[in-house]
Amino acid sequence: MYIYDDIDQRIVDERVAQYRDQTRRYLAGELSDDEFRPLRLQNGLYIQRHAPMMRIAVPYGLMNARQMRKLADITRRYDKGYGHFSTRQNFQLNWPKLEDTPDILAELATVQMHAIQTSGSCIRAITADQFAGVAPDEIVDPRPFIEVMRQWSSFHPEFAGLPRKFKIAVNGAKNDRALVLTHDIGLELYKDGDGKMAVRVFVGGGLGRTPILGSKIREHLEWQHALTYCEAILRVYNLHGRRDNAFKARIKILVKALGAEEFGRQVEAEWVHLKDGPSTITQVEYDRVASFFVPNRYTALPDHDASFDAAIASNPAFAAWAKRNVHGHKVPGYRAVTLSLKKTGVPPGDVTHNQMDAIADLADRYSFGELRVSHEQNLILADVKLGDLFAVWEKAREQALATPNIGLLTDIICCPGGDFCSLANAKSIPIAQAIQEKFDDLDYLHDIGDIELNISGCMNSCGHQHVGHIGVLGVDKDGSEWYQITIGGKQGSDASLGTVIGPSFASTEVPGVIQKLIETYIANRTDEERFIDTVRRIGVAPFKAHVYAKEAA
Amino acid sequence: MSNLIKNNAIVADEWTLVKLPAPAEETVRKQAGKVVIFKVTGEPAATPEQIEGTVIPENGKAIIPLTVWLARKEQLSARFAKGEIGVWVDSFELLEDLTDSVDDINRLPLIAINFPRFVDGRGFSMAALLRTRYGYKNELRSIGDVLRDQLYFMKRCGFDAYSIRADKSAEDALASLRDFSEPYQGAVDNPLPVWRRHARTSHHAASAGRVFSRHEDEVD
Repeated sequence: MYIYDDIDQRIVDERVAQYRDQTRRYLAGELSDDEFRPLRLQNGLYIQRHAPMMRIAVPYGLMNARQMRKLADITRRYDKGYGHFSTRQNFQLNWPKLEDTPDILAELATVQMHAIQTSGSCIRAITADQFAGVAPDEIVDPRPFIEVMRQWSSFHPEFAGLPRKFKIAVNGAKNDRALVLTHDIGLELYKDGDGKMAVRVFVGGGLGRTPILGSKIREHLEWQHALTYCEAILRVYNLHGRRDNAFKARIKILVKALGAEEFGRQVEAEWVHLKDGPSTITQVEYDRVASFFVPNRYTALPDHDASFDAAIASNPAFAAWAKRNVHGHKVPGYRAVTLSLKKTGVPPGDVTHNQMDAIADLADRYSFGELRVSHEQNLILADVKLGDLFAVWEKAREQALATPNIGLLTDIICCPGGDFCSLANAKSIPIAQAIQEKFDDLDYLHDIGDIELNISGCMNSCGHQHVGHIGVLGVDKDGSEWYQITIGGKQGSDASLGTVIGPSFASTEVPGVIQKLIETYIANRTDEERFIDTVRRIGVAPFKAHVYAKEAA
Repeated sequence: MSNLIKNNAIVADEWTLVKLPAPAEETVRKQAGKVVIFKVTGEPAATPEQIEGTVIPENGKAIIPLTVWLARKEQLSARFAKGEIGVWVDSFELLEDLTDSVDDINRLPLIAINFPRFVDGRGFSMAALLRTRYGYKNELRSIGDVLRDQLYFMKRCGFDAYSIRADKSAEDALASLRDFSEPYQGAVDNPLPVWRRHARTSHHAASAGRVFSRHEDEVD
């Protein structure tokens, strides 16, 4: 992974000093709440229901064991001994003290971490496929490219006060696991007809209050121009994005108002002036950054392992885990492993300091000391030998990290919700837990098969409910918490937004509604058909009919 | 004491900032129960009555609102020729209206960009455009809600003068111009991105001597 040089380190250190002084001025009364808010937000600090919430960047979801241990240490010393991995591939502390936050940042800086632009109206941390570099369907490893963009976007002076938050995702695989269609800018890396890396550019996607899928504004951009092209997009947005209404300030609203074609035309007109300027990425710089992402030192192995086969044959629990939590790998004899942070009874994405230390040990012992965070709020060991999988499973199980539910109904994406977040209309974690409890039978879960259930406590949609096969959204009606259900959403290259099935439900009704949706699916599915396929084939009506059917007298 | 920073020092301000008179009818726009603070880019900045009612001091250097400049250019031509007229543009006004109004933008000795609130970042792009697209070389001043934590960004976007909000210390603000010593990206103040300024380390060099033992943090 990328290692800081003195320049990177100085920027992070100077940021700590700058933020420390801003916090000091705030605590001394020199900065008002309104003046301090944007400053702390651009450093990931929210003031929340119980305490500040601090969002720490994990750029493109990649971290090393040493960083994980540092996070564990920080939760012990400055928080309650646990933390939360978010759908932005970030790490969140729920209970830090405001006056401790500069020290936390200084601690992070010692392991090349920071909280730069994890929030606020600026270019946010850029996200990627959690299997970047190892996925069998990968065309281009997006990580060097994103690291170049990370540096470019950090403290970009022209875009430090955008109308609203700005999220970029980059995908380099055949299947999109980075959600490029639901980001402000989505970039798809591919090889063009000449075998050269090129970029397909989408703009104006987003979830939130007004979910919209991104529009393609350029099919072919030579990769060297990615920064200048993004600068043109951002400049048009910065000057013309709406600032009169926060709900209409995202770039998607501007793109929709102008039409994607006209927006693209304005971008191209602006780009003419920036193209081939000094921000054009050079081969030398790309190669320098890419040198940090050369494949790990893999051992030449056959793509089968007798001990693994024997364990699968003799141990059904291990076999169930291997089926759901182990993923294909570019290199023969290696697999990627998802450590599930979705055990029933634990808020999705939460980890304790002991688990974090154990995960760091697993990474060191079995996966080149590296870890990935997925936007589904799980952790990944990307480079495990086939012959080590059984040992990894046993150790993960000791730490309650081996729930074999990846991609199943209980692998719920869920925002922190009303228990923690001051924006939320409704709680989300208890809903996730109630659903996990109702569907705790593993055989039944495996029979239901691949399904994505996403929950958000408000229309800010941190839980990505619009693109969940089943989406649950907390809404406020006359001061009480209700839940709106959508079905038919999907992430990926064939992304779609879910359809609301009808009037909202009380919290206690939600697990029963999910049950009815599943029943409808099972009654209607054909062989091998996933939940989403059935919804797409038969439409929402049969699901709706079953959910809202009056109980027989 | 002046609250104007120019070229990294606090200096006396020889310009008078001319504001528009308050409109006859102050309408408070609200959306979802909240007062609308920002204007949409391209919204009219002043009524004809406001433009007419703007009082420009008879002597000395004055920075006047863009709308007033556009409407009363003829009347001000002698003073403009003497270099006594600067123009300020609000964050929601169109820069092209200013650049189209003069045959040579550098005949203006001063352009100011207003930050109605410090979080309104349109002024950053406007400054960058004035310096790069329109080749403006004279004083470029930020006015309005100008606070120290934005100065570094303003400097990088091409401002060279900052009228710090009256209740804040310009002395303290000076320090923030140096918040970062070596930025990543190119901008107006230095168009070269860091990798064109320095030969940077590749993986081979970086990993040498940076091996951390498994359970210990490096002492630093």
